[in-house]
Amino acid sequence: MSRSVTADPQGARTHARAMAGTRVEAMPTVPATAAADLPAGVAAEAMLWEETLGPGGYAGKELERGARLSLTDLQGDACVSMLLFNAERPIERLNVADTVKVQWNAYLQAGRLLLSDMGRPLMSLLEDSAATHDTFCGPSQERSRPSADGPAANWSSHPAARGRLLLGASKFGLGRRDIHPCVNWFKGVRIAADGTTVVQLGPFAPGRALLLRAEMNLLVVLANCPHVLDRRPGYCVTPVRVSAWRGPITPPDDPRRRATPECERAFLNVDEYFRR
Amino acid sequence: MSDAVLAGLPGAILLDEVVPARAPWDHLVREGETLRIVDLEGNQSGDFLMYAAHDDSERYSAQDTIAAQANIFLRTGSILLSNEARPMAEITATTVAYHDTIGGACSCESNTLRYGHHTKAQHACVENFLTSNARYGRGKRDMVSNINWFMNVPVEADGTLGIVDGISAPGLYVDLTMRMDVIAVISNCPQINNPCNGFNPTPLRVVIAAGGATRV
Repeated sequence: MSRSVTADPQGARTHARAMAGTRVEAMPTVPATAAADLPAGVAAEAMLWEETLGPGGYAGKELERGARLSLTDLQGDACVSMLLFNAERPIERLNVADTVKVQWNAYLQAGRLLLSDMGRPLMSLLEDSAATHDTFCGPSQERSRPSADGPAANWSSHPAARGRLLLGASKFGLGRRDIHPCVNWFKGVRIAADGTTVVQLGPFAPGRALLLRAEMNLLVVLANCPHVLDRRPGYCVTPVRVSAWRGPITPPDDPRRRATPECERAFLNVDEYFRR
Repeated sequence: MSDAVLAGLPGAILLDEVVPARAPWDHLVREGETLRIVDLEGNQSGDFLMYAAHDDSERYSAQDTIAAQANIFLRTGSILLSNEARPMAEITATTVAYHDTIGGACSCESNTLRYGHHTKAQHACVENFLTSNARYGRGKRDMVSNINWFMNVPVEADGTLGIVDGISAPGLYVDLTMRMDVIAVISNCPQINNPCNGFNPTPLRVVIAAGGATRV
């Protein structure tokens, strides 16, 4: 009988090292500066993050003020739940209620801000070719996603979004109490006159994309899982490309700052925060 | 007892208090007990959160509640879910057509965006929630999207939303029958810059009754 190639440490090491260079769809490009197919106008040296999240994938990243974050729904069926924290002081975080209330609108689209619970913009949504997003329904849950394939747990092949967000936040030292209401990108929820949630599941055309700008130093946590109201059988979610790169801080004459009186005061508050 | 406010409440009255205008209130309400919140003078927003008594990292979740009932409005029969999508309470009765859970709580900080920096020093619901929660060792991490009893936030076809004139009236109420032991926290909203309190904050009355209509 032949001896196993991993029977001793040297053999196991050789076996492990032979995997180097393997490429799969859902993985980060490290270094991000080696990313193929760079975003238009972005120099390789400016790249901060390049990763594809597969079905059920999640990731977290610290991004500096001014950084651009782009999310691309590669095949038209992504659903990305997002949490945001002030990296310097993670007790400040995304407040979905303030985001929709202060801006007098619940449907996120280009030009809108993602506001913190301290009256400051965490991110601006600069470009958005999707325009179907959800500020109402939050992440999918083990209990809200009964599955014929067993519980939608982190250890399963079909995890629910909240468990992924919890893992992502945990790796920044955050925990269950920090999992605040989230935004879901790419799947839309509209509200009928009687208050009913009307979900827009697609699948949509491939390649819909968002471009966001960090207005503060951020911790970003993302999870790519089926929408909580997605009742299609199976685990319906396709990969999302995540790219981030360095960019200039929003200048004082940026027209978006003066788009509305609420925006203008939000940017004044963030200017004040960084007056140090 | 001839007090009409107590009509229909099952079981012994365990607590009956008035929450002064602008004030916080918090109390343990056990599984099977019913918490009645009464809008004494009409159109007074009662901002509301609750935490599982056994482990307060489990708490009310507006998003889970909305997703499960596929509707943003809270009405009789709505089940209020936790962040673990477990039932915390049921609205067993309400004499108001619907209540809000998307508008969140007013804060000093968001007031500066909504109305101007001259409102930063005004009292706000987040201040009340932080005050009550601090009594139990909870802090800002424990703030999540809340319920606004007696507050009216319609969403129009293009997503436009806002806090508009209320649909409540003096003496209208909501009954919550608990499905688990919870610490209920109310901020009797002090906001004076929008119609959520008719521009005039007024008292609420809270009653806890021992029996619930749907004891589980």
